[in-house]
Amino acid sequence: MADDLLTIGDATFSSRLIMGTGGAPSLDVLERSLVASGTELTTVAMRRLDPSVQGSVLSVLERLGIRVLPNTAGCFTAGEAVLTARLAREALGTDWVKLEVVADERTLLPDPIELLDAAETLVDDGFTVLPYTNDDPVLARKLEDVGCAAIMPLGSPIGSGLGIRNPHNFQLIVEHARVPVVLDAGAGTASDATLAMELGCAAVMLASAVTRAQEPVLMAEAMRHGVEAGRLAYRAGRIPRRHFAEASSPAAGRAALDPERPAF
Amino acid sequence: MSRTSDVLVVGGGIIGLVTAWRAAQRGLRVAVADPEPGGGAARVAAGMLAAVTELHYGEQTLLGLNLASAERYPAFVAELEAASGQDTGYRACGTLAVALDTDDRAHLRELHALQRRSGLESEWLTGRECRRLEPMLAPGVRGGLRVDGDHQVDPRRLAAALLTACERAGVVWHRGWAERLSVVRGRACGAVLADGTELAAGQVVLAAGSLSGRLGGVPEEVLPPVRPVKGQVLRLAVPPAYAPFLSRTVRAVVRGSHVYLVPRENGELVVGATSEELGWDTTVTAGGVYELLRDAHELVPGITELPLTETRAGLRPGSPDNAPLLGLTALPGLHLATGHYRNGVLLTPVTGDAMADVLAGGELPEEARPFSPLRFAPAPPSPPASPTSPASSISPASHTSPTSPVSVPQEQPV
Repeated sequence: MADDLLTIGDATFSSRLIMGTGGAPSLDVLERSLVASGTELTTVAMRRLDPSVQGSVLSVLERLGIRVLPNTAGCFTAGEAVLTARLAREALGTDWVKLEVVADERTLLPDPIELLDAAETLVDDGFTVLPYTNDDPVLARKLEDVGCAAIMPLGSPIGSGLGIRNPHNFQLIVEHARVPVVLDAGAGTASDATLAMELGCAAVMLASAVTRAQEPVLMAEAMRHGVEAGRLAYRAGRIPRRHFAEASSPAAGRAALDPERPAF
Repeated sequence: MSRTSDVLVVGGGIIGLVTAWRAAQRGLRVAVADPEPGGGAARVAAGMLAAVTELHYGEQTLLGLNLASAERYPAFVAELEAASGQDTGYRACGTLAVALDTDDRAHLRELHALQRRSGLESEWLTGRECRRLEPMLAPGVRGGLRVDGDHQVDPRRLAAALLTACERAGVVWHRGWAERLSVVRGRACGAVLADGTELAAGQVVLAAGSLSGRLGGVPEEVLPPVRPVKGQVLRLAVPPAYAPFLSRTVRAVVRGSHVYLVPRENGELVVGATSEELGWDTTVTAGGVYELLRDAHELVPGITELPLTETRAGLRPGSPDNAPLLGLTALPGLHLATGHYRNGVLLTPVTGDAMADVLAGGELPEEARPFSPLRFAPAPPSPPASPTSPASSISPASHTSPTSPVSVPQEQPV
């Protein structure tokens, strides 16, 4: 939507769906999924990639004109994450980084202490940092305070497809944040993406929900529509929830009983 | 040594060798260019013949070819062993794919449903039944698939037998890197080796595995879109006191990563494999070995008692759709037999037959036609897909032509 751009750092995007590349069954399926998703920003794992090789994921992104967002997947310490980000900057010529520092392999949940440490170091070093974080409103604020360009809370663990487990926390994060909030991890199907956008997220980031679907290309298209629908609904403003019914066809000529909602 | 042949095969891995052997059997004069014939990815590969347990969504066309090749294996190895007088380590042992937790079990259940829908033979077993079959399995096994049709072969012995069979069939070796394809009047007619030797041939087959995209002189639109996908593999030994340890191939997805243990009759136990997109790097890393051992140990705790005899990394030739490229290219005289990715050992018999057909008779057999390199022929140039485009559909062209060939700087000869 040309009149409703997503701005992160110094860049703007008309798509609010950020894609990951992990788990794709083949490069061919990945390419068609990316096209179907309409994404303009896609993450690649720097520890699993050699940028000098042609015919890889990077060649696909280049061909499609999609901006590359290197991530630090697989890092357990701030030190590893900072090193990986710097190597990525050198290899790809971008100072954007999706910062991931996880606490253990079983849950892949972010390690908040290492994450904040790495975020601070990288921001000081001139990076545009997009941290993958817990759905903790306090940590989100701290990350914003140290200068992160966006906040990317998890809906549920990576690859779990469990959706947004704590929508209330998302609302709290969105209400306080002055930078874009992006749902990262947990989306399992299109309605999860829609819910995130309805809650006020600026964008949705996902990989497994598409790459591990039975028909990845179809799911990518579904996610695009899910994100767009949720964004439109958020901008439109949902009706208040009521306990009882309210007739949608007004009875003309009768007095309005609700002083909050004047009749026209 | 004759420098002229009917067929010049560039690359002497198992795919190049089987092509050479089968073509020579049809009466063609065949030469193979490779500094070290019998090497390549087969030196690292585990040799699972896993048409059923390697089935993935969206790869049903490839399944047909995999099944055709698996079916030919017994007759193929019998013929090859007779022709070479060497054993190939073929073992009709079956495969057991197990799940270690509830999530992996759900994944395996889904795979089972897909296998059944595809008409494949595969039996669901409880955890207890799995462990009765393979007592070394971890107590935590939650269920598994018994696939008696997924066998194994020893790729190193297979390569050695193919070498001998080729020699006995009169195949000529040129031990050097092929550096450039020779093209005269729009037709491939041989190759130039790194030492300057010029080889002339009526037809050329490019079968250089992951290096297939790097041969000089190949027009860009004909270069195969093949990339290296690194795999680290471990070899352990089962001492006689522990034998048989495992009696069939055991595999699992452990929290999303694949691990398999392939027990050979000679006591070798192969544990694989990582899958890494790291270019031409073939370093064995601490992390790769750790992850394989960690997952294998979770599956079969007893492996920690076994001697670790070898660690090695190889490069799978990956194609954009994970399927091989077989037969004539848009350049007359140039054929491809590459891009076999995870399935090179399995697809060896059917590749040999298909390539011999096309080299001797000009046409691919029915089962190989979907794998013509022409499926990657570049579409007429079109602007890159616009992410802002309001239309919801993707163009039909992007469905049928997955990707255009890539160009690779010619730093390293094949």
